[in-house]
Amino acid sequence: MDKFGYTISKERQIDYDSNNRGVASYIFEKEPSFRLCIECGGCSATCTTASFTDFSLRELNILIKRGENDQVRQNLKKCMLCGKCTLVCPRGVNTRNIVVLAIKAFQKSDNYEI
Amino acid sequence: MIIKGKKAVWNDYQKEIADNNYYYVRSCVRQNFFPGSETAFLKIMREELNKDVYEHPCHTTCTGIGYHGDIVPVETTMTVVARQFALMTEAGYENLLPSCITSFGLYTEILDTWHHFPEVEKKVRKQLKKATGREFKIPKNLAHASDVIFKFRKEIGAKARYKLINKNTGEPLKVVDHIGCHYAKMFPSRGIGGAEYPYVLTGMIEEWGGQIIDYPERRHCCGFGFRQYLVQANRGFSIACSKEKFESMKPFKPDMIITNCPGCPMFLDRWQYVINEMEGKRYGQNGEGIPVFTYEEVAGLVLGYDPWDLGLQMHQTDCEPVLDKIGIEYAPEDKYKLNILPAYSEKHNLINV
Amino acid sequence: MSKHVVVIGGGVAGLEVAGQLSRAGIEVSLIEKESKTGGHLNNWHRLFPDRRNSIEVKEYLDGMTHNQRIILLTNTTIERFNRNKGHFSITTNEGRELTADAVIVATGFDLFKSARKEEYGYGIYDNVITSADLEEMFRTGKITLANGSVPDTIGIVHCVGSRDEKVGNFYCSKLCCVTAVKQAVELREYLPESKVFCFYMDMRMGGAFYEELYREAQEKWGVSFIRGKVSEASETIENKLLIKVEDTLAGRPLKMKLDMLVLMAGMEMSEGGEKIAGLGGLNTGENRFFAAADNHFGSNKSNIEGVFFAGTCTAPMNITETISHARAAVVEVIDYLKDGK
Repeated sequence: MDKFGYTISKERQIDYDSNNRGVASYIFEKEPSFRLCIECGGCSATCTTASFTDFSLRELNILIKRGENDQVRQNLKKCMLCGKCTLVCPRGVNTRNIVVLAIKAFQKSDNYEI
Repeated sequence: MIIKGKKAVWNDYQKEIADNNYYYVRSCVRQNFFPGSETAFLKIMREELNKDVYEHPCHTTCTGIGYHGDIVPVETTMTVVARQFALMTEAGYENLLPSCITSFGLYTEILDTWHHFPEVEKKVRKQLKKATGREFKIPKNLAHASDVIFKFRKEIGAKARYKLINKNTGEPLKVVDHIGCHYAKMFPSRGIGGAEYPYVLTGMIEEWGGQIIDYPERRHCCGFGFRQYLVQANRGFSIACSKEKFESMKPFKPDMIITNCPGCPMFLDRWQYVINEMEGKRYGQNGEGIPVFTYEEVAGLVLGYDPWDLGLQMHQTDCEPVLDKIGIEYAPEDKYKLNILPAYSEKHNLINV
Repeated sequence: MSKHVVVIGGGVAGLEVAGQLSRAGIEVSLIEKESKTGGHLNNWHRLFPDRRNSIEVKEYLDGMTHNQRIILLTNTTIERFNRNKGHFSITTNEGRELTADAVIVATGFDLFKSARKEEYGYGIYDNVITSADLEEMFRTGKITLANGSVPDTIGIVHCVGSRDEKVGNFYCSKLCCVTAVKQAVELREYLPESKVFCFYMDMRMGGAFYEELYREAQEKWGVSFIRGKVSEASETIENKLLIKVEDTLAGRPLKMKLDMLVLMAGMEMSEGGEKIAGLGGLNTGENRFFAAADNHFGSNKSNIEGVFFAGTCTAPMNITETISHARAAVVEVIDYLKDGK
């Protein structure tokens, strides 16, 4: 609204209850190792994309679980699916498959209802 | 909500409040924001409660706005505050009674700093002496004006002409209390009821017939916050804070908001207008806003003072819905008659030196 | 002439010490302030990491102490505690005078009083409970909200009263993380439809089989772990708890509504221990627990010759560690007494 010279700031909080976590449920079902992540960041440390962009698979995993889907969708395509992250994961999470499943999930549905 | 648990917390946070002989220091901004409040406070103290309240014409800002807005350095602030103490000492008073929450917080912070770092106090004394030739005593008692109204809430209740009760339904009015951040968030032990469950305004409301609402964002800042408001580009942040509170309190259907800080009623009041302009949203019932009051205004209404003498025409969110619910008599046609105010203030010799 | 040792405190450490000393032929008086022995074990339903029933440990300890010649003084506190020429004279609240050749302090810990973290509203909000309250619910088999209904979403707050300068406790209580994981698993067992969230600062799974339990909680029970300290809770109009926490690994604040919040109360020096420290002139550390004479090879020794420590009165410990520490104390006492003192 121009007449005031400012607009009402949007909340930065993750509103857990309002978010749709359909994508996360889909991945949990197809790739149960998704549950095992302890957010150590090993995947991001070895990631080629993470070296040159602000892509972080560790953060992406969390955002999927919280249902912050818009942010996830914007970042997914940065992954080149090389699978190096899967090699380093200390918890044996099939990290590459999580990205693949997330891409699939978004292709299936625009409104995250999977 | 387990009220017993809250009472236990309230019992943990009591404070000593002087009984009489106060040295009253006004707020920089309240006389513009809500000009009737301090006037009403003095009238209540002097005429209803027969207390000695002294004001000094040489009192200046405490610099709190500049200090919290990152403009005035702390040492300068301390020296200015030392001068206020000196004026009080010279006038022969020991009980400091600030009208402003930020001043109260700042005085508390400075006294605490001097307590822990006596060398700082020594330095400030030296600076004050050099600059003004003045000396001072540390106040014996420091209480915010809302603490004093809290202390005498029963006396005010005993003289009440109106109760905070909806005359049509007989139900207590549902009241949201908002405590200024600088009242107890910096020093929880200096606030009645502490910082998490403050009792200072709740005690007044309960005593005067109303019912307090505890809603999720009760502890959230009103949005003044000095820094976020002072620059226009940041005001979206300020208004978002108020909006968060309104959204959170709305389901509880509050009849009114009571505050004890200079900035909070200003922002909670004015931002309701701006949010409505920007988004077409109102948070009260029947498409109205939620009226916002200072505690002095509420005390004045309870005591039967004329709403326009209390300055309620200065509110941007109309106060009439609350007046009507309580059944307070007022003349709508007098709302904007400015000649009422000078007549009122001339009658009372407010500055007593 | 047989030696006489007074053991102060009838919890896990005190019972183990009393039993072992008695086996070694030493006369023992065991002083317990409550009406029965067992300490906190009486209030815990199942134990981490294997979720065995706490009664099994209690039975072991009772077996150690019941068949031996141990004078058990329950409902007893100590009012005077003096050392005189190598002997100790102790006066109880009932005016009984005891003389001892050595004293073992096993006064244990108190659970942090969670109401002190006012922002969580324990004792104010209807459905904020502590880890101890939850154990009580497990024992009765009824996990319900204040209104009798079954919770769907449950949050567990780690580090309540631990690693918290605001309440004067810098230290880590060490056992709350694994307790949280154990209770999260149990909640999912009792309430298969529920969702359980643990809010932690660091997962400190430094005991045998703790990490395995943590993994099981994730893999088998779907417990969500969110790194961040809950900053406040409040009650919504529908009587749910709205919590604010930073999801530190997402770098964003997070808010969520929960039906129930469980506070993992930390461990503090017991009030009883503080009293003994005062009466006996025993040194305490910065963490207010008793200060051992040496952290590495003298953790049972105090600053007073003939007074020894056993168990959690010196630091947070689990039951395994407590029993080991108690046995070590017994070795120290026997060694001390054999010198003809």
